[in-house]
Amino acid sequence: MRGLAASLSSNQGKTHSQTMLTVEALSVHFGTTAAVDDVTLDVGCGEVVCLLGPSGSGKSTLLRAIAGVERPTSGRILIDDAEVAGPAAFVEPQQRQVGMVFQDYALFPHLRADANIAFGLRRGEHAIETLIERIGLASLARKFPHELSGGERQRVALARAMAPKPRLLLMDEPFSSLDSRLRDDVRRHTLEFVRESGTTTVIVTHDPDEAMRIADRIALLDHGHLVQFDTPEALYARPASLFAARFFSNVAALPGVGRDGYLETRLGRFTAPGVSQGARALACIRPQHLKLAAASAGVEGRVVASEYRGDCHHVLVAVEGVDVPVTVCVASTERHRGDAFGAGTLVHLAADTGAVPIIAEDGDTALSDQERYAN
Amino acid sequence: MIRTGGRGPWRIVAAGTALAVLAPIAALVVTAASGSEDLWRDLIAFVLPVAARNTLVLLTGVGLLTALLGTGAAWLVAAHEFPGRRVFDWALLLPLAVPTYIVAYVYLDVLHPVGPVQGVIRALIGVDSPRDFRLPDIRSMIGCILLLSAVLYPYVYLTTRAMFMMQSANLIDVARTLGHGRRRIFFRVALPLARPAIAVGISLVLLETLNDIGAAEFLGVRTLTVSVYTTWITRSNLPGAAQLALAMLCVVVCVMALERWARRRRRYANDAQHPRPLQRETLRGSRGVLAAVACGLPVFVGFIVPAWYLIDATIARVRFAGVPPSLLGEVLNTVMLSAVATLVAVAAALAVVYAVRTGPEFLPRLFLRIASLGYAVPGTVLAIGLLPIITGIEAAVDTVATALLGVSTGLFLLGSGAAVIYAYVARFLAISAGSIEAGFSRVSPSMDAAARTLGATVGRVLWQVHLPMLKPALATGALLVFVDCMKELPATLLLRPLGFETLATHLYGEAIRGTYEDAAIAALLIVLAGILPVVVLTRVGARAGPAREAEAADGISTLSG
Repeated sequence: MRGLAASLSSNQGKTHSQTMLTVEALSVHFGTTAAVDDVTLDVGCGEVVCLLGPSGSGKSTLLRAIAGVERPTSGRILIDDAEVAGPAAFVEPQQRQVGMVFQDYALFPHLRADANIAFGLRRGEHAIETLIERIGLASLARKFPHELSGGERQRVALARAMAPKPRLLLMDEPFSSLDSRLRDDVRRHTLEFVRESGTTTVIVTHDPDEAMRIADRIALLDHGHLVQFDTPEALYARPASLFAARFFSNVAALPGVGRDGYLETRLGRFTAPGVSQGARALACIRPQHLKLAAASAGVEGRVVASEYRGDCHHVLVAVEGVDVPVTVCVASTERHRGDAFGAGTLVHLAADTGAVPIIAEDGDTALSDQERYAN
Repeated sequence: MIRTGGRGPWRIVAAGTALAVLAPIAALVVTAASGSEDLWRDLIAFVLPVAARNTLVLLTGVGLLTALLGTGAAWLVAAHEFPGRRVFDWALLLPLAVPTYIVAYVYLDVLHPVGPVQGVIRALIGVDSPRDFRLPDIRSMIGCILLLSAVLYPYVYLTTRAMFMMQSANLIDVARTLGHGRRRIFFRVALPLARPAIAVGISLVLLETLNDIGAAEFLGVRTLTVSVYTTWITRSNLPGAAQLALAMLCVVVCVMALERWARRRRRYANDAQHPRPLQRETLRGSRGVLAAVACGLPVFVGFIVPAWYLIDATIARVRFAGVPPSLLGEVLNTVMLSAVATLVAVAAALAVVYAVRTGPEFLPRLFLRIASLGYAVPGTVLAIGLLPIITGIEAAVDTVATALLGVSTGLFLLGSGAAVIYAYVARFLAISAGSIEAGFSRVSPSMDAAARTLGATVGRVLWQVHLPMLKPALATGALLVFVDCMKELPATLLLRPLGFETLATHLYGEAIRGTYEDAAIAALLIVLAGILPVVVLTRVGARAGPAREAEAADGISTLSG
């Protein structure tokens, strides 16, 4: 499969530093609503980028605009430095050399698996049999789509999209219709195949864990806007907004004021070199940042509820001066203690003050985000 | 008690209905077998070869042309945007309102050598006499194929358009990213996926073609239907007619088998769970105009010209001599026969469908299928099969009545029009059954269970739960049956009482005699009534989008299978 995947690549010898896809100030309007609003991003050769966001964030529309099956209202799209959508040109999808995998796979129900895979090949290109054999689909080649399992359909759809050696592979929620046990397997194989081939890939997903696992970079979208475009590590460690922080994990926003390179909050001082003196900011507290402390060392709070999570207990604690209860992660080895967290129990909390993301408070946005995503 | 409570009567009525529909077909076989061998040899030598060949050529021609027109129009309307598309969307269905015998009747006059069209052409090219220039005679096989196709293509259009609109846009999009242009996508993706729908549409067209008696006869094409009719009416040879009718039945079976074959593997069509609808491609400039012309032509030939001609002729006739006095009687006859038949058909269909609803086992299902068979049987065939049954009953009752009461009852079934009603019910029961079935399918079965656990009998559930919810379905079914009865010609011709005229038979009589006096008014009334079902079809489509429309198309497809 190694050699095969490489042979399917149309951009061998190029590196991430060369740009394969550029999206410039792109907007797609449906009537009066903007599904995609002024999005700019670029994807390097062979890079795997996830478009991530809640439903209605415009990620699928953006993908479809890149494929050419949706016409942008304004802005430009360039593939391999050539404009494919914009004021100067519109290249029809059949001429863009992009491969697309849909959530429902969109296999042609009247064609067998092999005919589906060969659909994008010109007559005479008969590498199809070796392709099918080497991709491990030989036993499925003569079956109709409705005779295939979900995982097999996904493989056929991927093979079909890759057979014409696309410059760009676009996948719209390619794993979400698989059941959870199958999903991990299929996802790993798909990504191995894609990375082996070196094909530049854009994947739409609503699942932050999935995006973290597979992407080189993640473009986080909300209501058509690009919220942040960065590596998974950077997104997690330095979210640009409370929305970004909350999308990846359970976060309590702790308001505070900047003083001498620290953020002073109800739960203590957090390292915050970027916050100027007297400025208001939010500390994004994740469960692992908090621990139970001795009465003398911590801040007092009362247990609201506790949930057993397998490897730990999540204990919800109300702290005076903090708007929502904060979550504390208590290791389950201390089971006897976990059981002891009945509602109303008095506990003391201490925070790990070094690793907490700090977000400059930008008034309304932070507040509305807080309201929208507080659960 | 709750398990079987009151289910028996429904089954008995269902069984009786199925038997009543099946009886004429059985009688046909018996009658055909009763003919002497000489007779059969005679038919084989002189009548059958010509009639069979004409029928096959006609079916092939109409089948191909309607497939082309219907599928082409459906693809244009479903996948493109061009000037007038919204209007064509429903206007393309309008020719359904014009029965085959009326379109033939109209064009015989419109294209007559001294008629308006040829007159204009002669004036344009400066020729005075029809002897020096005339168009090829419309009274030919070609003419018959063209005219029948012009009014029958909507069957293909309706089913195929629904299928195109149901197709997931993802399939089209993925084909485009794989490097295919619109035209190749049509032939490699859209068309193969629509094949089952096209097959259903064509089979309906073929059954209508086989059923047609007026157009073929006016245009001088001796089909099997025409032969059956003349063998009985002019030669009074019932066994001979029955034998020819049996040959027609074979053709029906072939059509249905063909449709089944073309629909194989149908289930793959509804693969996607939430298909995104097709995105329309905008056709600009000359391509848009071309699309509009392509959609406009069949509407023009199949509806506008006939409607315009009939209105014009009606106005001329009324100005000249007022409304003919016989018309009112004919309208009353038509409405009375159709209304009674509709009532019986809807009631019987309700019983048959409800028997399945309350006990979906093998037998009730079989009854439903048999009772729906009549739609595929041409009117002539049905009538020829009915004749011996009717006369048999009449003779038996007459004998008993004469012996007991000393009164001769005579031809009380044929004379009262009961025979015509029987034929209407047997033929159109499937239509009402189809819409009632669709109505029931929208009533959750747990509703029945809830009512039954509250102690209601099967009958009370129907009366208090289903009927109020089924009202729209019943009304739709009744309307469709009523209009089809109004338009029915072949069975009415054969079974009506002596001297009894409906709108359709009046028109037939005048067209056969070559007189064009009052018939235009009758034809106009039939076309106006025929527009009602078209309105129902378009409203079903407009109200609830492709899903409901597919359902409607599916309902139509159940008629044929």
